[in-house]
Amino acid sequence: MDKTYDLIIIGSGPAGLAASVYASRYKLEHLIFGAEEGGQMNEIYDIENWLGDTRISGHDLVARFVAHVENYGVKIKKESVSSLKKNEDGTFNVETAQGSYATKSLILATGAKPRKMNIPGEKEFTGRGVSYCATCDAGFFREKTVAVVGGGNSAATVALELSDFAAKIYLISVEEKLLAEPAWLEKIAANPKIELIRGTKVLEIKGEDKVAKIVLDKAHEDKTNLAVDGVFIEVGTEPGVELAQRIGVEIDAQSYIKVKEDMNTNVEGVFAAGDITTGSNKFRQVLTAAAEGSIAANGVYKKIKLNQNH
Amino acid sequence: MAMEFTDQNFDQEVLKSDKITLVDFWAPWCGPCQMMGPIVEELAVALGDKAKIGKLNVDENPATAQAFTVMSIPTVLIFKDGKVAQKFVGVQSKEVLKEALEKI
Repeated sequence: MDKTYDLIIIGSGPAGLAASVYASRYKLEHLIFGAEEGGQMNEIYDIENWLGDTRISGHDLVARFVAHVENYGVKIKKESVSSLKKNEDGTFNVETAQGSYATKSLILATGAKPRKMNIPGEKEFTGRGVSYCATCDAGFFREKTVAVVGGGNSAATVALELSDFAAKIYLISVEEKLLAEPAWLEKIAANPKIELIRGTKVLEIKGEDKVAKIVLDKAHEDKTNLAVDGVFIEVGTEPGVELAQRIGVEIDAQSYIKVKEDMNTNVEGVFAAGDITTGSNKFRQVLTAAAEGSIAANGVYKKIKLNQNH
Repeated sequence: MAMEFTDQNFDQEVLKSDKITLVDFWAPWCGPCQMMGPIVEELAVALGDKAKIGKLNVDENPATAQAFTVMSIPTVLIFKDGKVAQKFVGVQSKEVLKEALEKI
């Protein structure tokens, strides 16, 4: 290990990518690691609230973000980080299968992954009708009947995405009043393929070699069994904080990394941004993740510049 | 290098293969599948002649995906003697797949 970087960014979703653009402009010598460029953004079918684009797919917006990052000569390292270590001199070591890297500061932007429902049949039928990624799997359900479980923006957009493929979509929300933006709800109401089932829980997923039906906690048209070929689970996300905890980063009761106004964590030199943090009122958007990434890079810049003045 | 399996060559290259064969089911539109691409390439290099490693594009080869009830991608199937010996749904690390191939 021959060099100590100013900054290593872990994660290449909107938070990490925005942090890299700002870091480049602050002339911070940095690396960015990410196994999947764009992260969860790749699974967004349609983004209609990214300022300046009235409508763009997650995949296309990722390509633009990556091009912007690379414009400053930064290449995203597609290595997965296996371990983090804090050194006595206040620097950090980042280990991957390919190497070990030293840095003065870190931005943790590893995002979140889909939350499981933990109901019978969910695990058993994962990959055989149960899916957490509509962009990946919608094509397997052409002219089929599917259920989307959830009531937020992700569930709403997934239902709309599936309506390009499936013949019939049940959108099943445990809440009576869906949390999704009214702009999405209007589109759902106008879509003849989507049927909304409110205030209803999915208790179980059943089938033989693949999903055949779901069991509801209350009858829908006199039946608690609903025949479906697929179940898309969109009940929120949970953060991945295993790495952060190894260097003593504090998390809240729901496992989100606690951050201060400048996105610094309780550990000096370790910043966090995006879906993994308690920031932005936990409002999970590409826009808020990118904003947190920029604030974190600014925090790193101030910290490193301040130290140089000593 | 990882091979390209298709509906046409699947029987010959996978089911009738005398080696253990790993098939990564993927599609170009699938974000998480992008993560599997380099992992599968590395596996092919690491295992050399010990196993056959390849990818199958489900968009171009729907019959094979359907025949093995692949309804989510990425899915990795490991075949031995013409039968599925192990199934993995979602992104897997190189280590997990290497260990599985060595155990079978």
